[in-house]
Amino acid sequence: MLSRLTLTQARAGLSARKFSARELATAHLDAITRLNPALNAYITTLPAQDVLAAADAADARYAAGNPGLMDGLPIGIKDLFCTKGVRTTAASKILADFVPPYESTVTANLLREGAVFLGKTNLDEFAMGSANMSSAFGPATNPWQKASDPSVALVPGGSSGGSSAAVAAGLALAATGTDTGGSIRQPAAYCGIVGLKPTYGRCSRWGVIAYASSLDQAGPMTRSVADAGLMLQAMAGFDERDSTSSNRPVPAFHEAVGKSVKGLRVGIPAEYRAPGLPAEIQAMWDQGIAWLKDAGCEVVDVSLPHTRYGLTSYYIIAPAECSSNLARYDGIRFGTRVDAPSLDGVYEASRAAGFGPEVRNRILMGTYVLSAGYYDAYYLKAQKVRTLIRRDFEQAFENVDVLLTPTAPSAAFAQGENMNDPVQMYLNDIFTVPASLAGVPALSVPVGLDGAGLPLGLQVIGRHFDEETVLSIGGALEAAAGFTHLPAVHAGAGA
Amino acid sequence: MSLDLATTRRIAKLARIGLEDAELEATRQKLNDILGWIDQLAEVDVEGVPPMVGTETEALRQRADKVTDGNCRDALLACAPETSGPFYTVPKVVE
Repeated sequence: MLSRLTLTQARAGLSARKFSARELATAHLDAITRLNPALNAYITTLPAQDVLAAADAADARYAAGNPGLMDGLPIGIKDLFCTKGVRTTAASKILADFVPPYESTVTANLLREGAVFLGKTNLDEFAMGSANMSSAFGPATNPWQKASDPSVALVPGGSSGGSSAAVAAGLALAATGTDTGGSIRQPAAYCGIVGLKPTYGRCSRWGVIAYASSLDQAGPMTRSVADAGLMLQAMAGFDERDSTSSNRPVPAFHEAVGKSVKGLRVGIPAEYRAPGLPAEIQAMWDQGIAWLKDAGCEVVDVSLPHTRYGLTSYYIIAPAECSSNLARYDGIRFGTRVDAPSLDGVYEASRAAGFGPEVRNRILMGTYVLSAGYYDAYYLKAQKVRTLIRRDFEQAFENVDVLLTPTAPSAAFAQGENMNDPVQMYLNDIFTVPASLAGVPALSVPVGLDGAGLPLGLQVIGRHFDEETVLSIGGALEAAAGFTHLPAVHAGAGA
Repeated sequence: MSLDLATTRRIAKLARIGLEDAELEATRQKLNDILGWIDQLAEVDVEGVPPMVGTETEALRQRADKVTDGNCRDALLACAPETSGPFYTVPKVVE
């Protein structure tokens, strides 16, 4: 049952020599061979001999008694992190053949701690999406199915949909994700796993292909809250190559899980009780409130008055930054090139051929809101609204230690749904975007199933750099919920 | 604010994305739908509110003015779709 372990359990098993890192890696390579054709969770898998060589090196470190934090643990890496010598696509045609000559800081940190990389997981193109439908390598599929209609393929969420599908289905013990407006938390909720977006600045952005730099943040996607703490500790840390990297000490985050939450104050933001919130989501939220009260928390109503402007300001700020960041894809220095008689022609033809429709639209929207005559009305206005949103959180955190909300306004939906109406698609991020704008840490914990048998998640939002309290509360929710359900498609099924 | 076709064409030009005429119209409609929704920001009073340009949790640092990276010309050129010797290549720019 090696494909059902948490990182913590696997680490204990490796330390006790109950199984080897080679056995663990082999079980995962086998699961990927069997299930990845159906799930499309990985865009690129690493050669088996490389994976096994990394596992053997980990076994040697366990034998020598000096394993790292992640030693011998097989994980997936979102294909947005540059990995030296391993193709890194951002799920875009324009980077279809890009092999980076350098390693991102986060993946270098994980390798330093002994993690075994299985492959590069699928995502929305350049991390722009909430359904993993915009990948140039085809959508990743959610391993969960509706009990009433298993034939309907569901989205795993996005943008880190390949990571969430892989972790849920047993194709990796954990995976890295990145979150710009909810891209770790929403897919974690849709696939019944844990996802943590750390405080902006915790994890270095160096070597992570940029979407919206003032929002992008890497984080762990795991099967337990303690695992999220363990993996974040391995990923995080100061990096002088990222000017926004924090030089605060990195605590042993997982030690916060299991700590008493008695007396902590939990805020319930009134504005998240959105009209049209499905009754099942509301009921799950109420259940979460009851669990935390039972654990000794004090539950307090709070207000985040500018919540409703979070999404709209996000969809100005993120495209603006994207239009600037993606200007580097010019067909000259790397990536796909389409020839034309003039230099501008090469740019225009390469970018038209290389970018998919959602990425093109966001670049164009960003170009528009930054262009002369519209900058003040759109971009500057959105930046000011962002200040108001951050102040909402700061004021709330004067009175409470964390906030509790649903992670998403629905469970996973069918592939192809919400595709014609971008605004409808953007609404999936309504509960996750404000924390991204404020830069505060936020965690999604799976807490139950809806009537169709699909997982639902609750979100815990905390103060800047207070991941530990977020993890303590998340641990309390996890313990109360006792979520042990497995998806229909799972490597351990029938075993 | 509503977007016309000429503005859409100008944005595409600024963004260096070559769009066919049919694609321009479809793009115009999509962007217009999003702009219509974004216009609700107009109702927020931001008088006297400073813009937030980053998450502002860390002050910008300075470092010694020293070369810390480089000497990797061949590795970088290996990423390029077309090169000539130690150079990137582009269509002729100067007549």
